[in-house]
Amino acid sequence: MNTVRTQPDPGNAIMRFLKKRIAVYALLIAISIAVFFLFPYDLGFLTRIIIMMIFVLSLDLILGFAGVATLGHAALYGTGAYMAGLFAVHISASPIVGLGVGALSGAVIAFISALILMRAHGLTLLMLTIAIAEVLKEIANKAQTLTGGADGLSGIVMAPIFGQIEFDFVGQTGYWYSFALLMIVLFFLHIITDSPFGLGLRGIKQSTARMRAIGAPVYWRLVAAYTVSGAIAGIAGALSAQITELVSLNVYDFSLSAEIVIMLILGGAGRLYGALLGTAVFLIVHHTAASVDPFNWLFIIGGLVLGVIFFLPGGLLSFPKKLGWVTTWFSKQPEETPR
Amino acid sequence: MSAGLEVKNLHKSFGGITVANNINIQLKPGARTALIGPNGAGKTTFANLLTGILQPDSGQILLDGIDIRALGQAGRVKAGIAKTFQITTLFPEMSVRENLRLPILEREGYGAKWFGKSQVNYAADDEIETLLDDFQLTKYADVTVGQLAYGQQRLVEMALTLALKPNILILDEPAAGVPTSDSHLITDAIERLSPDLSVLIIEHDMKLVFRVANSIVVLVNGAILMEGTPEEISRDQRVRDVYLGERHE
Repeated sequence: MNTVRTQPDPGNAIMRFLKKRIAVYALLIAISIAVFFLFPYDLGFLTRIIIMMIFVLSLDLILGFAGVATLGHAALYGTGAYMAGLFAVHISASPIVGLGVGALSGAVIAFISALILMRAHGLTLLMLTIAIAEVLKEIANKAQTLTGGADGLSGIVMAPIFGQIEFDFVGQTGYWYSFALLMIVLFFLHIITDSPFGLGLRGIKQSTARMRAIGAPVYWRLVAAYTVSGAIAGIAGALSAQITELVSLNVYDFSLSAEIVIMLILGGAGRLYGALLGTAVFLIVHHTAASVDPFNWLFIIGGLVLGVIFFLPGGLLSFPKKLGWVTTWFSKQPEETPR
Repeated sequence: MSAGLEVKNLHKSFGGITVANNINIQLKPGARTALIGPNGAGKTTFANLLTGILQPDSGQILLDGIDIRALGQAGRVKAGIAKTFQITTLFPEMSVRENLRLPILEREGYGAKWFGKSQVNYAADDEIETLLDDFQLTKYADVTVGQLAYGQQRLVEMALTLALKPNILILDEPAAGVPTSDSHLITDAIERLSPDLSVLIIEHDMKLVFRVANSIVVLVNGAILMEGTPEEISRDQRVRDVYLGERHE
């Protein structure tokens, strides 16, 4: 066998990475600029979409790539939100340091819970993820003097970003601040999912037995992935706390955990862009349907999910591919019709 | 200290059922040993005991004289024991190339790296091409494994396992499920294996066993019934009675 070579040209590697991604990044920036000018009075809603995109990206790493089913991801988001909120109220109002606190707290709670969760599978795992989120919610509820309990944590006032850029009333700063973070998280996740670690996560999803048989420490890989996912979910939570200047017990809600799973499935799991698309579609449909019919909007969401699962199992992102298949099928019909 | 793999008095039972009963086997470097026996004899269980999927109740598993029982599955792979599965176990949604890349990355210690995709891919590329060539899989390199015929998938699994550069290779029914028209692919691949590699083949296809093995162990009800050369095994009346049948020549 040939000798293993280990010294490639790093310059080429960076160029190849940028070439592959630059068009998508440019498109995302163009979309963000366009919606900023097209919907100047909806920046609060648009910022919420961006924050949820970051949260769903964190889920994609663990569910879409590693295949770990969870219905308790809000545990990591909520912890990031509360810790960043408490940090802002009691220690420092710096948004950047607050994000670090959110990421760290999300990562710590993810690491500790992963030590238990990654030993479980199937329904047991699902139940445990829900249980952890519920336990944290109850802790936040009982620690009323610290968290505000059912009234929520208020009194968060953020300092200017880097001491220069003030959070404005309209939400322009919050929008761009969130978007910048989304791009950083997306870039970071592209690097991770393209790396040997990312390939290994896909391997675990497809065959845990084979990954073990090639000598991979599957359990620790999953713990590491869950911890990274927790850090990103923590950033999303912290961002939410900083932008809304309020943290309520809802950040630990089961419905939040379930909704982000739906968003991911809707867009297409395991491809990162699916997380972005699914979140945008879910929240826009939710927003529109709820404004038309505040009581029956779930009917629309349910129909959308059913449609995607039946006709586009790979999520909305697989639509162009499916369209190609349908076109091919129709174009073949005349040949296949018996004379 | 003896080189290769040596199993001493290995015992394993599940409740009242003994699946490995005082097994003693030695695989010297370059050995081509076949493990045969009727269904339920404990052949796959024995392979699982060697690879760490199961832990024995008692006995020793010595690799180059060192007891490896304390090592988990990953540790034994790193120590040099690799196995193909009875039912093909691959990464079905990845290409053949990616299936071969993963074990190389793990073997070289790159598996947990978060950065430097290009560097590690570059490192593995040459070796992947050699493996593809060795197993005549070059034209399928970028095909998703799940779309390949079963015989080709068996070859991918053998190539994947060899990418780990093992000292001991365990092939659990490599020809099972492979159409007769493709079985020569498996036999040829086994015959092309490095002469230094110790190979333990668990197989029901006696044609394949008698062609590639230079030593055969017969396992019945978790215990060794007989061990010998293919000629000795085929002549033995007990083996004919419990497994080969009278018509075997």
